[in-house]
Amino acid sequence: MQRSFIAKNPSVLIFLACLALFTLIVTVLSEGLGLGMISTSFIKTLGKTLCLCLIAVAMDLIWGFTGILSLGHFAFFGLGGYMIGMWLMYERTRLIVVESLSQAEIPPTSSEVVDAIGNQIFGVVGASEFPLIWAFADSLFLQLLLVVLVPGLLALVFGWLAFRSRVTGVYLSILTQAMTLALALYLFQNDSGLRGNNGLSGLQNLPGVEASQDVVSLWFLWASALALGLGYLLAAWVVSGKFGSVIRGIRDNEARVRFLGYSVETYKLMIFTLTACIAAIAGALYYPQAGIINPAEIAPIASIYLAVWVAIGGRGRLYGAVIGAAFVSLLSTWFTGGQAPDIPLGFYTIKWVDWWLVLLGLSFVAVTLFAPKGMGGLVDLWTQARAPNRHGADLGPDDSALREQEASK
Amino acid sequence: MLRLFLASLALLLSCVTASAEEGAIQPLLQEHREVIAKSSRKTIGPAIDAIANSSLPQAQTMLETWAAKSMWMRKSDGRFFVGEKADSKNYRLIDFDTGEVVGTFPKKELKQLKPNSGVRALIGTALVQFQLLDEDRAKRQAALTSIQRDPEAALLTPLRASIEQEPDAGLKAQKQRLERLLTIGYDADPAARIAAIEEMSGDLGVDVRATLNPLVATTRDVTPGAVPEGVNVAANLTPGEEGFSEAEAYDLLVTKGFAPARVTPDEVRLALAENIEGGTVGGVPVAQLDKDDARVRAYAALAEAGTVSPLVNPADIQAALAAHAFFETYAEPIVEVTTAAQDALDNIALKVGVNQTLDLTLDALSLASIYFLAAIGLAITFGVMGVINMAHGEFIMMGAYTGYVVQQIIPDHTVSIIVAIPLAFAVTFAAGVAMERLVIRWLYARPLETLLATFGISIALQQLAKNIFGTQARPLTAPGWLDGAWVLNDVVSISYIRIAIFILALIFLGVFLFIMKRTRLGLETRAVTQNPAMAASMGINPGRVNMLTFGLGSGIAGIAGVAIGLFAKVTSELGSDYIVQSFMTVVVGGVGNIWGTLAGATMIGFLQKGIEWLNPSNTLAAQTYMIVFIIIFIQFRPRGIIALKGRAAGD
Amino acid sequence: MNFLKSTLAGSAVFATFASAALAAEDTIKVGVLHSLSGTMAISETTLKDTMLMLIDQQNAKGGLLGKQLEAVVVDPASDWPLFAEKARELLSVHEVDVIFGNWTSVSRKSVLPVIEELNGLLFYPVQYEGEESSKNVFYTGAAPNQQAIPATDYFLEELGVEKFALLGTDYVYPRTTNNILESYLKGKGIADSDIFVNYTPFGHSDWSKIVADVVALGADGKKVGVISTINGDANIGFYKELAAAGVSADDIPVVAFSVGEEELAGLDTSNLVGHLAAWNYFQSAESDVNAEFVETWKATMGEERVTNDPMEAHFIGFNMWVNAATEAGSTEVDAVRAEMYGQEFPNLTGGTAVMLPNHHLAKPVLIGEIQDDGQFDIISQTTEVPGDAWTDYLPESAVLISDWKELGCGMYNTETKSCVQTLSNY
Repeated sequence: MQRSFIAKNPSVLIFLACLALFTLIVTVLSEGLGLGMISTSFIKTLGKTLCLCLIAVAMDLIWGFTGILSLGHFAFFGLGGYMIGMWLMYERTRLIVVESLSQAEIPPTSSEVVDAIGNQIFGVVGASEFPLIWAFADSLFLQLLLVVLVPGLLALVFGWLAFRSRVTGVYLSILTQAMTLALALYLFQNDSGLRGNNGLSGLQNLPGVEASQDVVSLWFLWASALALGLGYLLAAWVVSGKFGSVIRGIRDNEARVRFLGYSVETYKLMIFTLTACIAAIAGALYYPQAGIINPAEIAPIASIYLAVWVAIGGRGRLYGAVIGAAFVSLLSTWFTGGQAPDIPLGFYTIKWVDWWLVLLGLSFVAVTLFAPKGMGGLVDLWTQARAPNRHGADLGPDDSALREQEASK
Repeated sequence: MLRLFLASLALLLSCVTASAEEGAIQPLLQEHREVIAKSSRKTIGPAIDAIANSSLPQAQTMLETWAAKSMWMRKSDGRFFVGEKADSKNYRLIDFDTGEVVGTFPKKELKQLKPNSGVRALIGTALVQFQLLDEDRAKRQAALTSIQRDPEAALLTPLRASIEQEPDAGLKAQKQRLERLLTIGYDADPAARIAAIEEMSGDLGVDVRATLNPLVATTRDVTPGAVPEGVNVAANLTPGEEGFSEAEAYDLLVTKGFAPARVTPDEVRLALAENIEGGTVGGVPVAQLDKDDARVRAYAALAEAGTVSPLVNPADIQAALAAHAFFETYAEPIVEVTTAAQDALDNIALKVGVNQTLDLTLDALSLASIYFLAAIGLAITFGVMGVINMAHGEFIMMGAYTGYVVQQIIPDHTVSIIVAIPLAFAVTFAAGVAMERLVIRWLYARPLETLLATFGISIALQQLAKNIFGTQARPLTAPGWLDGAWVLNDVVSISYIRIAIFILALIFLGVFLFIMKRTRLGLETRAVTQNPAMAASMGINPGRVNMLTFGLGSGIAGIAGVAIGLFAKVTSELGSDYIVQSFMTVVVGGVGNIWGTLAGATMIGFLQKGIEWLNPSNTLAAQTYMIVFIIIFIQFRPRGIIALKGRAAGD
Repeated sequence: MNFLKSTLAGSAVFATFASAALAAEDTIKVGVLHSLSGTMAISETTLKDTMLMLIDQQNAKGGLLGKQLEAVVVDPASDWPLFAEKARELLSVHEVDVIFGNWTSVSRKSVLPVIEELNGLLFYPVQYEGEESSKNVFYTGAAPNQQAIPATDYFLEELGVEKFALLGTDYVYPRTTNNILESYLKGKGIADSDIFVNYTPFGHSDWSKIVADVVALGADGKKVGVISTINGDANIGFYKELAAAGVSADDIPVVAFSVGEEELAGLDTSNLVGHLAAWNYFQSAESDVNAEFVETWKATMGEERVTNDPMEAHFIGFNMWVNAATEAGSTEVDAVRAEMYGQEFPNLTGGTAVMLPNHHLAKPVLIGEIQDDGQFDIISQTTEVPGDAWTDYLPESAVLISDWKELGCGMYNTETKSCVQTLSNY
């Protein structure tokens, strides 16, 4: 019997409702439109956190559901940010240049305008020519397209190469890590044409928009919430159907799925590329809120932290990833922001700025050892309490949200 | 009465001073006081010459004192003295001429003269004539170094004269060599120069090339009509040929004043802006001037009216180029000398090329040994046991910090290193065993989670190191006998510390092979790795073996840390610099095989140096392309260079 | 790694919202925006301590305008986006009157849009690449013409260097500085082939080939000099390799723009004696104010701690701000800015620093030789050099000037006589 998608996945509805409620409350309390209880900088923080939740959902799809521990998804996130950043920088600079050149006695030729833009953008890194990769930077539509296309294509090519030669498990993790390291090192070079270590900056100023940051930050919050909602829905839909069953099969026993006649490589490639695109969209929304993107953002450690969030939140369940990303990233800013109270021990004062990472690292070890289900496991406690007569024993640490339901079908 | 006494005293004093002035250097110094106090290479020349040529016996001491920054000026009267530190705030002044202590003065009333290294070089050159035959060997050596740094024609004669009397064989050889070089550069007789060139051809020294190259340095020149006689022409140039574009040729014409300069687009724009009349320029409305062709039209109209100089069109350029002869000339006017020098240089160039390759190979080997050393611990924990230990880099760091701490306690660098190496092994061995017992053994069935758990440990350890040692880099100093470099010739050299690391890597390779192939632990390790259940049923305790093996791998990482800290730096991020490369070394080489790790490290080292050689101005690119290459390499050999076959390969 | 830390500054902000309102206006808040964790903590923590020391001193003297100063310290954790976020938090939540902060250029570029949007005031204490003049930033560190150009002149004139190796870490400061220097050297008649440029990654440790390349440059008989814009940790490996290769300062001098007393603390300098550094300040400067400053610093932080150039920049910047606010009778940004122009304060090295209308200082340039105790022997000191926001040695920048006092523009094109933009390039 076919039940509707929502009926099969009540958690999706609950999640979307929570997200909508959250967005509404924040909007009402915001400085830009509402009561002014929440500062603009915190709105930006919340908006960015939503983007991080979105990439965590992507990470959960690839790791929690397909069993591929990708340590390179921040490469796609960053690339998405770079693509949108190029347009933002180009257009903002163009407006300034046109304005300034219009005061000259002789109207500028189009090549003079482009030269002046190039000089403004690349002057700080000691160049003035436009590199080839900026060819489409003058068109918002094309750059938006590239936000998805460039990371998607990279994922497709990389994934095709890797899956084709049956690189699996930790080897694949190391390989994806190498990919993001290579990309970061490449972008660090000035010759790459994306301003090297400086990256692209001033992205929070939308060209041609007069509204203050109080309002703009809200727009981005809404956009991020919308993207997270849609991304969550898409992910839930993907894992709920037959496709979802196959990728979970791949996670649990790849050889068996292959012998059943499924093209494992194709499935892996599809999910890898799909998650890369989701990550890229998250990045494209994140960096205009952060204001600056530079290659340090895609250093390998960022992707490892992503895995940490998903693991702490609980992989194999989408809301777990969201909870993990939101909880850990918000908590960690709170600790490193110097707001957490120091703990005086008499002989030594624990300053959280110094000790937070130690705590995070150790709690991460603890989660891996003692609570493989992560924070999402708490939900199980509650559902189990509601339905104590659950049949079947625990299937091991790798079990996921759907397995029991599959068994009961 | 008192006044009279004082007056007579003053008279007496002035007499004394006056008598002392005879044969004294102080008046000479006073004459040049301003330039000496200013101490600039540009202006100091006459003062140094005057002192050096004064034929005063004190001149040498005075110049040496000055160069050693021990000459002080008394601010009250501007006189110069030798200054000696009396105590923290006071200096004792000694007269150059009498050698007597003048008195002790507070530092505030004095000014220390600090000749910069340019001035010191000039002083050194001036001192050569005194020092070449000095009794002190060190001073003669100093004179030769001065000649070497700033060869001058005037030094040739005194140098030649000093060779005969040189008692020290080593210095004599140096003197002879320098004499040859100075002959090439400055001898009046071309035949002598050519003979010297031929004698030195084939010598790899940088100084030989430094002498020869200026002789064959060329400048580009142009002349209307034919090339004049009496010029030592290196080559005739044709505009448009390789390395000499038409644009360059025309620029040369412009700089020599044979042709009008091109009008740049910027100049066009400025000229147009200046000549706006009633909204039009040269009949073209201003609003239309946002197109290049409209600008050209407007400018042409202005040029026709004679208000601006006309544009230089391609035909003009061609005509100008055709009407002139372009050529390269040698700075050295004598043809025979330049030919001989060129031949000698060609001769040397081949040798230099071979030696540069050798040097690059040494660099690559050294880099490979560093990668190998960093990865060998991983080759055990990851390669043999299959445990992904992301905290491996932090074990390296712990080793390095152990070295630093030992050095704080034991000041003698040699002893401290000897103590630090086993101690670093012990510390990281213990840490490894603890980690294996507490964390890793619960996760043997879940390799991906081992990766994440050890990563958690890695960030905790890194932050702990920051909390304990601070973020500042800590010094870990190599013992004195590892200072310096093994110099084969001026091209090939490698620092002793790198040689030590290379040897250490070889030792570890041996130790690893010995343990794995010849000891019971090795046997048990291999057994447990292949089939833990079977091994256990044969009476091996897999838990104990795993613990010891992991400890061994970690301990070796600790020793590698000491070595790496010696040649680079000790910071809390030391480990994370090496972790990705180490994993790639193991994966590229082939997991589970030490020869594979060796091959992987060698390949990565050589590859990186090779790319650096191709693109010397961007080291970052070398690292990027190396990683890209590894990614592609793994696609085609997923099991690495040396892949295990059969059962051992497992899955 | 970066955005791990990059969120919820405001959560506490939210929590402390009420208390912030209660704290009333009985103190003047001074924001301190220096990384206390991450890669830049090594350099920036010192500056945070300097600021706290200066604020304490000022409070001991009776504060400012009858109020006490209160430092608001935040940690942007060497994470460039976080700098922007923290700056916004300082200005809009803590409502500080002035910010002292930043080290790297990229962090400054990250903060610029926020500061300009919210009309804040930032004092930036580090030598930098120039090509910038923001209405809201006072640059108390050296512009290229106050460090790089004089050092190059010293090479050309005093040491007679004819061939240059420009070695740098691959980021914006070395890139722009080397670009300016290349252009400057060509103007001085140095051929293209006599300039060797190399960029290495942050924290680079394998220097053998690069050092060998530099030594090989001497083969054509010209005197070689190295201009190093190598940053941070990487210097340690570089100098170790230099020492191992036996490169003496008399043969191939190295002048560094990013190596100060702090960096040398991680190094045995006995083999490096005679190599050079160019700054506007050295701890070894002989003056009474400096002796007092060093003494206070050591008393506060410990005997082994050293002082360096950016610390002096904060010292001057802070005192100028205090004086300007006193003269304006207010800490309001526009009022203080108007009083800043022409503000004078004695340098620690002697002489007087003057704040120019282009928001840069006029300061003397010092060149020091490394000694075996890790200190510098000052061998050259110029008179005050006015900082130049837009370099004269790049054609695009030569036509630009900055004058906020008369022209009200930080990027004024003297050729077209128009203001290119009032906001900054970022």
